[in-house]
Amino acid sequence: MNAAIGIYSEPEQALVERGAIERFAAAIGDENFSFPDIAPPTFLRSVGRAIPDIPNQESVPRVIDGGSDWSYGTVIRSGDVITYKSKIESMTEREGRMGPMLIIIYITDYINQNNEFVASQRNTLIRMPAV
Amino acid sequence: MNNIPFLEDISVGDEIPPLTKSATTRQLVMYAGASGDFYEIHYDQEFATKQDLPGVIIHGALKSAFLGQLMTDWVGAEGNLKSLSVRYRDMDGPGDLLSCKGVVTSINKETATVSCDIWIERDDGRKTTTGEATVILPSKGSNS
Repeated sequence: MNAAIGIYSEPEQALVERGAIERFAAAIGDENFSFPDIAPPTFLRSVGRAIPDIPNQESVPRVIDGGSDWSYGTVIRSGDVITYKSKIESMTEREGRMGPMLIIIYITDYINQNNEFVASQRNTLIRMPAV
Repeated sequence: MNNIPFLEDISVGDEIPPLTKSATTRQLVMYAGASGDFYEIHYDQEFATKQDLPGVIIHGALKSAFLGQLMTDWVGAEGNLKSLSVRYRDMDGPGDLLSCKGVVTSINKETATVSCDIWIERDDGRKTTTGEATVILPSKGSNS
């Protein structure tokens, strides 16, 4: 992944497998009748990497997930081939209770094999000093 | 689901039918495997306490999934979730009773879009997770 702010990583692809939807639905305890034909809204957390490379990362930092903003287009169906790419939107240093914190906001865009917009996720990560 | 909400029946201030969740450590391991997030603070008690945590904690993204289910359970097959924003305010652990709740904050009849505040309330009354969601609801007239 490119570490530069605002520059998208090279796109990567992932096949949405029925079994992966079933395991994800079981893990979140959701028995929606549309699974596994259709994936749950946050299923894309399982596609690609949960946390992108962070520039100048120390050996054992603590990383806290601050939250996500999802916007959705076409639903995700089993058998879809999802193409996704990420970019860092911003990195901000802030002095926290336990020392300097780095707040990293990154965006991942997802489209399907028909070039339809599937979702966009804006994720906030907070990197704390290592213990 | 018999009580599919139609746009015409919804008013600002309406409450979304709540959803109660509670995670076991086993479920956190399942979520780690299903999501690929193997950060040890979610299943390794010793690792978690060394990180100054009270114990293993629930993945924030799992709480997002709970709130996603709150919305998709509500709108059913005829509705569409268009956005889901979630912020983690406090950490929750295995066994915490988590009530997922929401309330309608605005309605746009032209686009059939309904906006909601959503949150997770722990059994001690604290809102540990907050956010917003927007959905598109079917109209009675469209007969879709």
